[in-house]
Amino acid sequence: MKSLLGGILLAVGFAALPFFTARNDLLNLCVQIFLAIALAQSWNLLGGYAGQINLGHAAFFGLGALATRMLWVGGIPLFLALSAGAAVATAFGVLIGGPAFRLRGAYFAIGTLALAEILRITVGNLMPEISAIPAPALASYNILPRYYLTLTIAVLCVAVVAILVPSRVGLGIRAVREDEAAAEASGVGAFRHKLLALTVSTALVGLTGGAFAYYHVSYYPQHAFSPAWTFDAVLISFIGGVGTIRGPVLGALFYVILKELLAVRLVEFHLLIFGILFILVVLFLPGGLVEAWSRARRLITRKS
Amino acid sequence: MILTQQLILGLLVGGLYGLAAAGLSLTFGVLRVLNVAHGELLMLGGYGAFWLFTLWRIDPFVSLLAIGPAMFVLGLLLYWALFQFVVKAHEEVRIKNSLLIGFGLTLVLHNLAIRLWTADERAVTTAYAGAVARIGALAIPLVRLTSLVLAFAILAVLHLFLTRARWGRAIRATAEDWEAATLMGIPVGKTYLLAFALGTALAGIAGGLVSVSYSISPSIGLEWTLKALIVVVLAGLGSLFGCFAGGILLGLAEATSVVFLGGPYREVVGLVLFLVILVVRPQGLFGGRA
Repeated sequence: MKSLLGGILLAVGFAALPFFTARNDLLNLCVQIFLAIALAQSWNLLGGYAGQINLGHAAFFGLGALATRMLWVGGIPLFLALSAGAAVATAFGVLIGGPAFRLRGAYFAIGTLALAEILRITVGNLMPEISAIPAPALASYNILPRYYLTLTIAVLCVAVVAILVPSRVGLGIRAVREDEAAAEASGVGAFRHKLLALTVSTALVGLTGGAFAYYHVSYYPQHAFSPAWTFDAVLISFIGGVGTIRGPVLGALFYVILKELLAVRLVEFHLLIFGILFILVVLFLPGGLVEAWSRARRLITRKS
Repeated sequence: MILTQQLILGLLVGGLYGLAAAGLSLTFGVLRVLNVAHGELLMLGGYGAFWLFTLWRIDPFVSLLAIGPAMFVLGLLLYWALFQFVVKAHEEVRIKNSLLIGFGLTLVLHNLAIRLWTADERAVTTAYAGAVARIGALAIPLVRLTSLVLAFAILAVLHLFLTRARWGRAIRATAEDWEAATLMGIPVGKTYLLAFALGTALAGIAGGLVSVSYSISPSIGLEWTLKALIVVVLAGLGSLFGCFAGGILLGLAEATSVVFLGGPYREVVGLVLFLVILVVRPQGLFGGRA
């Protein structure tokens, strides 16, 4: 209950922010945070709750971006273009779900990584030219609709995962993560639940990719398929606290803000730090920041 | 003619794929640790050869004698600092956690390399770099041929070690069944350490050879990790010569694709092959001992 209140307060705070400041850099930073939250939370559903380490998250992000961008620049209304982007990503997710879930554990991870690389290279070859927003649309470019769209998608991702996880289906998804054989034995179809998690996860990240395509003025289509998107999602989820609702949100705030602070001096320096943090989390603090926080609180309350 | 020439080049690069895969196969087969930072370790070996040549004019083939041991020590340190914590878990958790740690290590090494040596592409250009042997219209780059022969020789020595030496046999016994190996009095912890360090050294040596005939940059890691994974899947676990053959098979497949599909899809062919094998043989892929 307390965390629901906290989440609502955070979302309202972000929604109110443009009324207090018109600083573009600040609003852009927030858009980065929203995208990061959506990217990580969508990954977290499959990676954290269903226990399937998807190293091909970027493929679905990229597909969403690609479809949305093409339709939107082609004159289709934004809302329809975004829906189409999400639909394409989801369709691809369902398509590969069958063969991909024949792979267990680490094999699923490297299989999805290979899949994403195939898409990235192919898209780069077929569409080598930079994709830019056409001049008339660029003239009326305004950060505010981008700000609220990405905020909405971030809230949507958190809400969908938060509603799904405690439900009966969500319980099934978590049971599959804990022990597939035991889940099957208790009548929980492992494949069905994994596929459902994948479907929702890809729909959300496809939508996020679409928002990225609407937000970013010019980029190479290949860029949206870069493994960096997957890596961001994994890092944020694990550092924040994988398999929790709060984790990816905290992780995204921490990740984007620290990245911004470090970027002043060195472009990629933050990844060095996050790589080390990530290893430490995997080895010694599997619950990430969320666990660190609750441990710290327990220490304090015990003393007083 | 073009096809033959491409096939020759594919064969030559294939030897390096095999060498890169042998290290990965060793660590995965023995420790059940999937080190996805293998390509980054290879990249470090490449920079070793590059700097030894650039700063002190040490011939890259000679510098392998230093790179191998140095990477062996790095492997000891990495195992001691990171991977020893993973091998205590049971198999499925072990593979998954090692994958995650390898992933973190990938980021660290990649960005450390950019920080230290910039993102530029580099290559060791020796005086004899351009030497070719000509057979009719076909050209065989001699440096690459030497690399291929060396790769084979290194794998042969390693094979002898694994089959004849006491520690080599301990490694194989541990790979077969670590519990039984423990009962036979084999110090499994030390065997793991040795196997991991050997795998790292192999990656480093492969990197040294890559820097002579091809080019290195901080970002080559992922590509080489994927190549090594593809070869291991093609070859199955447990055979060094299988890795060598698998590497050459991948090299030839890539070369064929370059002729028929064009250069840009070179990387795609191996990955598609990889996915198909993974999906068709989801359990049996890495050798089949479950």
